[in-house]
Amino acid sequence: MGILFHIGRFFSFLAAALRRPQKGRVFAQATLVELEAIGVQSVGIVALLSVFMGAVIAIQTAHQVGGWVPAYTIGFTVRQTMILEFAPTIIPVILSGKVGSNIASQIGTMQVTEQIDALEVMGVRSISFLVLPKLLAALLIFPFLVVIAMVLGMGAGAFICDFAELSSFADYEYGLQVDFSPFDVTYALIKTCVFALIITSVSAYHGYYTSGGAREVGRSSTKAVVYSVVIVMVANLVITQLLLT
Amino acid sequence: MIRVSGVKKAFGEKAVLHGIDAEFNSGQVNFIIGRSGSGKSVLTKCIVGLLEVDAGLIQYGDTDFSELDLKGREKVRRQIGMLFQGGALFDSMTVLENVMFPLRMFSDMTEEERLERAMECLRRVELEGAEDRFPAEVSGGMQKRVALARAIVGKPQYLFCDEPNSGLDPQTAIVIDNLIKDLTHEYGTTTVVISHDMNSVIEIGDSIHFLHEGEVAWHGDRMDILDSGVKSLDGFVYASDLMKDIRKQLRKK
Ligand SMILES: Nc1ncnc2c1ncn2[C@@H]1O[C@H](COP(=O)(O)OP(=O)(O)O)[C@@H](O)[C@H]1O
Ligand SMILES: [Mg+2]
Repeated sequence: MGILFHIGRFFSFLAAALRRPQKGRVFAQATLVELEAIGVQSVGIVALLSVFMGAVIAIQTAHQVGGWVPAYTIGFTVRQTMILEFAPTIIPVILSGKVGSNIASQIGTMQVTEQIDALEVMGVRSISFLVLPKLLAALLIFPFLVVIAMVLGMGAGAFICDFAELSSFADYEYGLQVDFSPFDVTYALIKTCVFALIITSVSAYHGYYTSGGAREVGRSSTKAVVYSVVIVMVANLVITQLLLT
Repeated sequence: MIRVSGVKKAFGEKAVLHGIDAEFNSGQVNFIIGRSGSGKSVLTKCIVGLLEVDAGLIQYGDTDFSELDLKGREKVRRQIGMLFQGGALFDSMTVLENVMFPLRMFSDMTEEERLERAMECLRRVELEGAEDRFPAEVSGGMQKRVALARAIVGKPQYLFCDEPNSGLDPQTAIVIDNLIKDLTHEYGTTTVVISHDMNSVIEIGDSIHFLHEGEVAWHGDRMDILDSGVKSLDGFVYASDLMKDIRKQLRKK
């Protein structure tokens, strides 16, 4: 089917997802469940990756230090990489593998086992019922995860500098602060929110329009991740061009 | 009462329903019977609006369902209970949560009242004790019964059951058949049961539509079904010799 068909259907899916919840309490409970599933259960992996990434960037940068590259470059590079790209882009990309595939297979399974039909027959607006709590939860929790990633990455850089005697703490700290522009963090958080919406809605879309059986659910879940990542990358380029130039 | 007139449905090139006319009366157990693949489930999904019909009309009482917008349909749907062929239980919820779900979404009851009503329904399908288990942890037959409990919990005016007793042992099947019959007569429900189980048809069928090659090839009541004279129906009814014996016995009486 043509790309235009998918784009059209995706936007009407999104419009349906943004409809007012039918029952506030049920919606609130579902959102709490999603916060747990999307957020709390992702803290571990986010923390682990950021710590290693921060340390590796510090070591790589230390490797360049000497001659005309000053020691504070280490702190500076770790900060810029973590804030501008690793935390707000790479973390969501990794989460799309975890959260996105999970959303697609959950909703896909509900579709092929007629659970979604069952909702519709009762008079429940299934798209909004299933997708809105996930969208909201992701929008709330992704920025939080990304900030954790930034802080841990920079902390790990400090630790490795000290541990491996790459530079003095004072140099590292100076590097963290030099030429700092708060707008970088704003830019990062704007990106994060956009990516959170892309990943949840694209994955939910692929899950919702699954037909067939278990094999198709698997396929939808793969497609969810691939499309999420590609769209995130394109959006990343567009947002960066708009905000940083 | 539900009236279906001239309903046609095709999937791409493949026509499944060629123009169905039928009436399902309130306070009666209305059967749709037919061989596997004859379009029974498709017809039911058309009636409840899960599938759009290509042509034809569906009326609930005086309401023209096929003409309604989404809001109007939702209103009708809150009076519908449906048991799906595969159960379609929500797998992230326990048995009890499944049964309580329609009440949570659409009733003004207190949590206590909901719990009481849900437990009452679970008792009627003989499932007390299973309320904290998840659908994946109970047998297929039990899932069917939970699904029936969920379908009836809101005291629907219209009840659809797609093969309610496939996968059930004969004893439980009779319990479920009788439950469907009792509820229908107690509340004056318009009940539509899809089945290919002649036992159920003879036991509780007030009105029967036989679907064959996308058309209603016969309709009548359970007294007439044994002597319909319709070849395709006879083939269906007398697929097992047991039915011939039953006919003989009925004739003697
Ligand atoms: N969504 C669908 N897409 C294409 N064909 C379908 C679909 N649903 C049902 N069919 C076809 O319609 C016919 C009737 O199916 P169904 O109503 O499920 O039969 P049954 O009488 O056993 O319930 C079958 O041949 C089936 O393959
Ligand atoms: Mg069927």
